[in-house]
Amino acid sequence: MSREDVLVTTQWAEENLNTPGVVFAEVDEDTTAYDGGHIRGAVKIDWKTELQDPVRRDFVDKAGFEALLAEKGIAADDLVILYGGNNNWFAAYAYWYFKLYGHDKVKLLDGGRKKWELDGRELSTDEVKRERASYTAKEPDTSIRAFRDEVVAAIGNKNLVDVRSPDEFSGKLLAPAHLPQESAQRAGHIPTALNVPWAKTANEDGTFKSTEELKELYAEEGLDTSKPTIAYCRIGERSSHTWFALHELIGLPDVKNYDGSWTEYGSLVGVPIETGAKK
Amino acid sequence: MSNDGCGAPAQSATPADLDTQGQVVVAGKVTGGDGPVGGAYVRLLNGDGEFAGEVQASAEGDFRFYAAPGSWTVRALHKSGNGEASVTAEGPGLHQVAISVA
Repeated sequence: MSREDVLVTTQWAEENLNTPGVVFAEVDEDTTAYDGGHIRGAVKIDWKTELQDPVRRDFVDKAGFEALLAEKGIAADDLVILYGGNNNWFAAYAYWYFKLYGHDKVKLLDGGRKKWELDGRELSTDEVKRERASYTAKEPDTSIRAFRDEVVAAIGNKNLVDVRSPDEFSGKLLAPAHLPQESAQRAGHIPTALNVPWAKTANEDGTFKSTEELKELYAEEGLDTSKPTIAYCRIGERSSHTWFALHELIGLPDVKNYDGSWTEYGSLVGVPIETGAKK
Repeated sequence: MSNDGCGAPAQSATPADLDTQGQVVVAGKVTGGDGPVGGAYVRLLNGDGEFAGEVQASAEGDFRFYAAPGSWTVRALHKSGNGEASVTAEGPGLHQVAISVA
């Protein structure tokens, strides 16, 4: 798989805003940024209210995903270009989620909203209304999604990659530094996990580092590429970003995202936890 | 403030007498040649230069982080230019820092 199969540049995006069969979608946890200005023609997807089940802690199910995409005017054969704020975390999560439900024609806008803005490209406040589409999803592909028992069983057997910041990994902080540090969970990390913060895979403008740089990074960090890998963070969106780097850019065959992540693991009774900086 | 998600919340001005409730708050404003610069991407880097968080400054240039005691760098990226500043937080409370971009 080449980089062009999974990423588009902001330049490509600007040149293809009106291309038939290409749909831009902005994905965020907080959609006020979209409301203040978005890429012209882009629909918005609310990570919290549209991609998560409102009651259980889980995804929307297959029928829910089908209804969502139909309502957004996205057909199964459309090429969907996802982008968002927070260095594309939520867009990467949506990418992983689209792949999970079998939507193969999906790419990320490299650098997301940040790169688009830093480039000084146009943002629009026009309301976007696409005609309803009909959409059929596939059964979820759990070969890219890890669940808690599998994560506990992976200790000492598979690669675990903790993509949070060094201070969250060590237990000094319980959440990213832009959030208040209140939390009920235990701090620390899963024993044997490598700490390769997601930010090391991105340039400061939000674009992904080159595939060669990514390979070097994980080699230096000691990732055994002959083994399956599970990535986790706090709630599963930063680890989607790393899942993208490992599975889609480097092309490792067996990489799963553990979307339960630290908010689940750090609250489980009786599982092993380590604290302290990486060795 | 909701702690359900992981995304950076909308930023607003931090009053100088903010009750930080025991937290280490690093906050300030991004300015340029003509006053406040809105919408810059502000990154918090720890003493080793490791990324710890990023927010988008408000329309008035305000940003705020919840950190821990230590030395920090705040770095702002904007289409008009970049800039950075250092701040040392001895302990809980409000630690103010200004960043100018050019």
